[in-house]
Amino acid sequence: MNITEKILAKAAGKKAVHPGEIVDANVDMVMVHDLTGPLAVEAFKKIGVQKVWDNRKVVVILDHQVPAESVKAAELHKTMRQFAKEQNLTFYDVGRGGICHQVMPEKGHVSPGNVIVGADSHTCTYGAFGAFATGIGSTEAAAVFATGKIWFKVPSAIKINVTGSFQKFVTPKDLILYIIGNLGVDGAIYKAVEFTGSTIENMSIAGRMTLCNMAVEMGAKNGIIAPDETTRRFLEGRAGGLPDFKALQSDSDAEYERTVEFDVSSMGPQVACPSSVDNVKPVSEVGDVPVEQAFIGSCTNGRIEDLRVAAQILKGKRVKDGVRALVIPASQEVWRQAMQEGLMEIFTDAGAIVCGSACGPCLGGHIGLLAAGETCVSSSNRNFIGRMGSTQANVYLASPATVAASAVMGKITDPTTLEETA
Amino acid sequence: MNSKIQAKTIVFGNNIDTDVILPGKYLVLVDPNELGKHALESLDTEFVQKAKDGVILVGGKNFGCGSSREQAPLALKYSGVKCVIAESFARIFFRNAINIGLPVIECRGISTAVKSGDELVVDFEAGNIENLSNGKKFHVEKLPPFIMEILADGGLIEHLRRKMK
Ligand code: SF4
Repeated sequence: MNITEKILAKAAGKKAVHPGEIVDANVDMVMVHDLTGPLAVEAFKKIGVQKVWDNRKVVVILDHQVPAESVKAAELHKTMRQFAKEQNLTFYDVGRGGICHQVMPEKGHVSPGNVIVGADSHTCTYGAFGAFATGIGSTEAAAVFATGKIWFKVPSAIKINVTGSFQKFVTPKDLILYIIGNLGVDGAIYKAVEFTGSTIENMSIAGRMTLCNMAVEMGAKNGIIAPDETTRRFLEGRAGGLPDFKALQSDSDAEYERTVEFDVSSMGPQVACPSSVDNVKPVSEVGDVPVEQAFIGSCTNGRIEDLRVAAQILKGKRVKDGVRALVIPASQEVWRQAMQEGLMEIFTDAGAIVCGSACGPCLGGHIGLLAAGETCVSSSNRNFIGRMGSTQANVYLASPATVAASAVMGKITDPTTLEETA
Repeated sequence: MNSKIQAKTIVFGNNIDTDVILPGKYLVLVDPNELGKHALESLDTEFVQKAKDGVILVGGKNFGCGSSREQAPLALKYSGVKCVIAESFARIFFRNAINIGLPVIECRGISTAVKSGDELVVDFEAGNIENLSNGKKFHVEKLPPFIMEILADGGLIEHLRRKMK
């Protein structure tokens, strides 16, 4: 079996499972946030049970409309605060956590081999730690609150094997954009996507999270990477009682629907052009695209490694007049680290605005929205029509390095060429 | 849910994402009827007008991709959509639709065999879809019995309520 099948078999109490089989799995952790939680609470109350099945396994995080930008959002937050209190749940209020997908592993709610569901599509991010993690809806989250179980169709798997070393300023974000450009936004629909190969083995947890985060952008049920020493180093002191990682490696005769090979050695920075995540081109081929906004943040690329590379590029430079640059650390922990390392000073000196850790403009619900006719280059994960504000605005997705370079030049710019042109 | 649904269709293309079905700015709305007023408005400002008397939505590949927002199928249901047929669905949307009691079914070839305004009849029990306007018929893989049960109960919550009694 491959790692996904092994996890699902264990969660369903079976020796083995096969693609296409429907299993009832025990859930190790369920997460809801401020936009999906209230519907889940409402649904949970309708089921008619008094208590969640296990209060230690339900996490509530406020991150989308944070801090509350309207009375309506404040009401939703209030609903979640009350529910968390009354059910005695782990709760991350405004200023205590950050973006759900960063907070979950950071605070030790993710462990290899777990089955984790979250009422958010990017729950697949935790595959970076060798967990089976996938997004569900609010009603289904309510059902998990009540029963601790959920049905899954065991997915067939695609293996993505990556080799080679990245060139300077080329990052895992460029790799995942390149992969999605190749496979298409429906290229892995319903599938498990397992990332393997020397590039992945040498990759930081931050990079692995970026890859698994965007697995859903090609339709995947989950993205997953076998746990190793890198995983252990990150989780030790966070998640208690780590399992034996050997049981979580795919067997040598594990079955895959197909295997796709990528070599990153000669790959340059990539950009997903409006308004589909698979509309990917090398940044050198996007032409002259002036930008009004540059956004560094989100659950895809708001980690300390992302902020460091952006700061490296912005240091001693100025964001071009007419461009607003927004930097949003993915969590309070990342914020603090960035402050200690002096990154906040670099961003501020460059003329960027640093906002509190939350989703921000990523989903166009809160701060940093776009007007009609405006263009944003963003380190987030979606460039759909209307995603960041006006339906007449354009969003280009890129790595934090490319976003930072573009902020300086006022147009989409290859970070590797910045030194020559500046 | 009736095992047969008959209505006029509205056809959309591939990769209809949940941000166009219901933009993020409306996620603070709680009343499903309010959500219904904004369904698909960024693709077609008259959609809600056209859908209000009951329609079958036909989509291409990867219908409902993007965010996990359950408000997307809810908005469709409360705008008047009785059922969605697509070449393929994004999995979270598929589950959400079933869970809120909006029937969805996959049918290869449907998007090129139907144009907006055609009258369709979907028979879930038999696994048949017929386009009454041009006579084309399709046989589809039926939904598994436990999903039909959830739909018959009107959604997952009603289903659990009945089962957990
Ligand atoms: S940062 Fe963006 S993609 Fe990530 S959870 Fe928040 S809204 Fe969703």
